[in-house]
Amino acid sequence: MAEQASELRRVSADSPPAPATSAAPAIKFQDAAIRLGGRTIWSKVDLEVGEGEFVAILGPNGVGKSTLIKAVLGILPLAAGQATVLGRPPGEAGHEIGYLPQRRSFDANLRARGIDVVRLGIDGDRWGLPVPGGSSLFASGREKRRRVEEVIELVGATSYAGRPIGQVSGGEQQRLLVAQALVSRPRMLLLDEPLDSLDLPNQASVAGLISGISAEYGITVLIVAHDVNPIVSYLDGVVYVARGGAISGPPDEVITSDALSSLYETPIEVLRTSDGRMVVVGQPEAPAHHTDRHTGHPH
Amino acid sequence: MTVPPLLVARIDWNISADLHQMLTQHFMVNAFRAGTVVAVLAGAIGWFMILRHQSFAGHTLAVVSFPGAAGAIWLGLSATVGYFAGSIAAALVIAAVPRSSSGRARSEESAVIGTVQAFALALGVLFVSLYGGFLDGLTGLLFGTFLGISDVQVVVLAAVAGAVLVLLAIGARPLFFATVDADVAAARGVPVRALSVAFMLLLGCAAAEVSQITGALLVFALLVMPAAAAQQISPRPVVSFGLTILLAVAVTWLSLGVAYYSAYPVGFYVSTFGFTVYVLASGGRALADRLGTRHLRGALSPGNQSGPRPGVATA
Repeated sequence: MAEQASELRRVSADSPPAPATSAAPAIKFQDAAIRLGGRTIWSKVDLEVGEGEFVAILGPNGVGKSTLIKAVLGILPLAAGQATVLGRPPGEAGHEIGYLPQRRSFDANLRARGIDVVRLGIDGDRWGLPVPGGSSLFASGREKRRRVEEVIELVGATSYAGRPIGQVSGGEQQRLLVAQALVSRPRMLLLDEPLDSLDLPNQASVAGLISGISAEYGITVLIVAHDVNPIVSYLDGVVYVARGGAISGPPDEVITSDALSSLYETPIEVLRTSDGRMVVVGQPEAPAHHTDRHTGHPH
Repeated sequence: MTVPPLLVARIDWNISADLHQMLTQHFMVNAFRAGTVVAVLAGAIGWFMILRHQSFAGHTLAVVSFPGAAGAIWLGLSATVGYFAGSIAAALVIAAVPRSSSGRARSEESAVIGTVQAFALALGVLFVSLYGGFLDGLTGLLFGTFLGISDVQVVVLAAVAGAVLVLLAIGARPLFFATVDADVAAARGVPVRALSVAFMLLLGCAAAEVSQITGALLVFALLVMPAAAAQQISPRPVVSFGLTILLAVAVTWLSLGVAYYSAYPVGFYVSTFGFTVYVLASGGRALADRLGTRHLRGALSPGNQSGPRPGVATA
């Protein structure tokens, strides 16, 4: 494990096509550790994600992938080590980060439209009353409404954004949530299993959507994934969280049969298709069988 | 707790003369004033309560105002003090239970609320029997005293309602965010937990206030029915919020007017009209949904729903 980690712990900033790569990394963890309830989730984590990169966080269940996202957000404080996010300590860049938490599905009876949920991404955290009708009367209101419409169109949700959000499908909800995360024009997106609970065509299309946005606007994307296959062709870097630590590197080096088999402690094969794409076979815990430890109920 | 003489005015069906005649009665003017204040407050708080699925908590806060008032009267204090003390104390107890979206915490919350409610009702019965037979007052506590409201009560009601509405307005947007999407709201720095506690306290104040007029058992007529009906009618937050206030005020005014010309209590009419509005609204929505889905089915081909991305195979 140790020698493998050192072999793979390469700074991912030198991985190939990262648009708008600047000198300062978007995320930098040095010797970081997180403890929850007296238990060390992971420690000695070094991590660097360059600006504009599309990076996957992979690993078996319960190793602290979501915890890593929350550490970047600053919701969970580090027990040791240092971290900077967009040049500041975690938690101080809230408006520049779009966050999509793990598995939200809206109550079918919730009487709020998709467009209302997206709109909350702009100013839901402000105190005071939104002026009724203000959105059409004032320039700033018009501008906000235009931004909401723009981002809904970007994710292709225009046709159902006016329906109550509990009544659209899981894939449609996920697109609206991506829109919500994007509407504040973030420099970074943190997506916690955005593809889970989607069917295969929707996994492919949402993954394509996210990578397209990342490439076009130079947004750094950190995406937690259970199944690497839908996103493997878009990745600039991979972070593997396993057994109390994490390693990172370019996908070609981390996504190999040996590395994955050792991390998951089960035989895994990485195959290449004729068009050069990678396929990971034998990965444990397909989304359909896994139990969500974070909310405590099976689905 | 003065109960006015049971009086049944005769209606002439000359509406303007009838209205004029009704409003020459000072107790009717006060009933309209207090009713309007209470309707606006109950509508506004009720809208958030329905959205947050906290009707059971709201009901308990209202029921708890009964032992509060009964205890206050037994101790020789004003019933108003008792209403607020009871509801706010219960609000603090309920707010102490961590609220989470996960199923276990939610069922724990409802268990705590149910326990609080049962104990509160038992205390109410105890206070009533300790005071010794004030059966008229008991009816008033449970079913309201719409027609016996003093000028001072109107002023107190308006002041409390004003304060609660201002606080609600300040927190409205983050509260909506935290209700719809707690995780993202928390990540954006919205104090989700503090808002939840604050809302429970506002709900307690509102329930105490509304109880004084509608009685502890009929609070829901104004707290739940207009908001539930309005949210059935429109999923647009601003529209359904406005509609809630309108419905609450309309139901109150209509009930007061009808009750003035009939022998039956106001509480009955408030609940009946509220119920009617809700039945019509949910019936209308069911019908609209049905027509809507038929329309949609015709408009969309089956494979069209996975999104607009071309080149993605849809099953």
